[in-house]
Amino acid sequence: MSATFLGIPPFPEAARAAVNDSRLRHNLRKATHTIRDKRGAVVTELEEDWERLRSEGAAIKSHTLRHLDHYLEQLEAAVERAGGHVHWAADAAEANAIVTRLVRETGETDVVKVKSMATQEIELNDALAEAGITAYETDLAELIVQLGDDLPSHILVPAIHLGRSQIREIFLDQMAEWGVAAPEGLTDDPRALAEAARVHLRERFLRTRTAISGANFAVADSGTLVVLESEGNGRMCLTLPETLISVVGIEKIVPTWADLEVFLQTLPRSSTGERMNPYTSTWTGVTPGDGPQEFHLVLLDNGRTDVLADTVGRQALRCIRCSACLNTCPVYERTGGHAYGSVYPGPIGAILTPQLRGMSSEVDEALPYASSLCGACYEVCPVAIDIPEVLVHLREEVASGPGHLGEKAVMKGAEAVLGSSHALAAAQRAAGAARNLVPRHLPGMAGAWTDTRDLPGVPAESFRQWWNKHEKGQS
Amino acid sequence: MSTSRERVLARVRAALADVPADEPVVRPVERPYADSHGMGAALEVLEDRLRDYKALVRRVPADRLAEEVAAALERRGASTVAVPDGIDADWFSRTQAELRPDGRDRPLELRELDGVDGVVTTCAVAIAETGTIVLDGGPDQGRRAITLVPDYHLCVVRADQVVDGVPQGVRRLDPARPLTWISGPSATSDIELNRVEGVHGPRTLEVLLVE
Repeated sequence: MSATFLGIPPFPEAARAAVNDSRLRHNLRKATHTIRDKRGAVVTELEEDWERLRSEGAAIKSHTLRHLDHYLEQLEAAVERAGGHVHWAADAAEANAIVTRLVRETGETDVVKVKSMATQEIELNDALAEAGITAYETDLAELIVQLGDDLPSHILVPAIHLGRSQIREIFLDQMAEWGVAAPEGLTDDPRALAEAARVHLRERFLRTRTAISGANFAVADSGTLVVLESEGNGRMCLTLPETLISVVGIEKIVPTWADLEVFLQTLPRSSTGERMNPYTSTWTGVTPGDGPQEFHLVLLDNGRTDVLADTVGRQALRCIRCSACLNTCPVYERTGGHAYGSVYPGPIGAILTPQLRGMSSEVDEALPYASSLCGACYEVCPVAIDIPEVLVHLREEVASGPGHLGEKAVMKGAEAVLGSSHALAAAQRAAGAARNLVPRHLPGMAGAWTDTRDLPGVPAESFRQWWNKHEKGQS
Repeated sequence: MSTSRERVLARVRAALADVPADEPVVRPVERPYADSHGMGAALEVLEDRLRDYKALVRRVPADRLAEEVAAALERRGASTVAVPDGIDADWFSRTQAELRPDGRDRPLELRELDGVDGVVTTCAVAIAETGTIVLDGGPDQGRRAITLVPDYHLCVVRADQVVDGVPQGVRRLDPARPLTWISGPSATSDIELNRVEGVHGPRTLEVLLVE
């Protein structure tokens, strides 16, 4: 029913196609630079306090992860005390089965959805469709992606790859099939397009009695769930229906209500470059007479405990999905999100996806290499995830796995030469003598390396040779 | 399902084999960050931030609130207005608008709420630095739906409800209540990163700052 990341080729191949798409590159450059500049301004405004908030955010998240079993049980007890129901899902199939059962119990066949990475990760909409339940995405960009039978390409602005005229066409072609049709004479003015979405979805919000969301944070001590958004579609879904089902990754926990002091400052500034996002909703279980009277929390593992078990890779679970690393990454800026073959694109996706999926495919094995290791992602991360460190760690894992025989043989040879000063001197003399014979593109197996790089020039003599000559000349 | 629960918890514990058993579960509260960032007088900063978000703002003296509420509703052309049933009735002594009280015990139907011209509430706290107004469902703020469905929200903020920074705001709030943090009218930047005010929530937010 909907598009899937399955079958997207490994990063180098997908990236080559993306880089050749000049319209995509134009859209991406404009978008990433705009958000990047806005972020820079509101982060600078907090001066030295920004670094303190950043390290405190990292410390809170690291601490929570190190005692995750404790905080999960505390959260469960608090949510149940407040009148909510808690369900545990070890993997995507279990989570989908739980949500499908819960929706069936309401007797409804339509649900409205708040944008949620977790439900995209488990492909919940497809699972619901198989059970005869239609899930309507209500975030504007997610709506565009759903109507266009497309895939999200950015964590925060999923339709970043599309221009206004493409969006207009999608609305004109598809809205009628999903509900209220686009108005005749719809222009490609963003205001007109947003108004069309408002009218299209308003009927749906007033009528639909079951909603599905994710959450940005789950507070263990109070049992409070938190959703940050801009448009108000989140408030509609979290407030108007009778039943609310929230699918939340087990890493979204923070220990105390007071911890939100940190993240409510760092998340909006890092993601949209705003001092605060327009709307944030928090709810604790159910409130009699206000909002949904049935609340279900589905706690999702789906590979997260595998990430947790890796003491280097664990820090990826600190991620609060702000997408600052995408907007600052020179690789993402040129390839866009689809090339990463996952709902989690960009630098964070390059470390999270292969860990969650267990490097089980060519796509996953290529992802740790989808980076120049420039470190810009680490600089902007509001929870100080050392993405380059994890990338290198994952590359080690890929390299120590089966295959890569040619590379291993070359490295073995290099080890022999670099391990002995005599062997190195002999090799350097030979290389210097043959320097004009070295082609720019290497033949055979090594050609794969020079496909994407220039071979460095070989100097006439090594530094040691030069030093020896000069030392002798002066003495 | 208790079996999945035990499975996930067992996996978490196995993954954390490196964590020393005697490492404290409770983290000492140090709060090395600032409570606020000295950006100026709270009311001035709040007004500036709200205007930055394209909200309408008026500073009004407490003894003229009824006139100001009436004038705001008239400017807006709002003739039917939803109000939480615990709001101060005196504020509406000068307006011609028809009031539709709403409460948890006698909620307005959704279609009725969709038909009113606006809603008037107070707030629980306002945060100057981020231009944020927080509603906590108190009797003068009402159910969450009433400030969401109508297209115009008039919010009365008292000076003593305004704090400088986010940490101060968080400390004044009770997480057991359903909270709505509002920073300007509904907005989206999903189309080519162009900010458009007003998608699903009220497209116009007007704030009366009472001194």
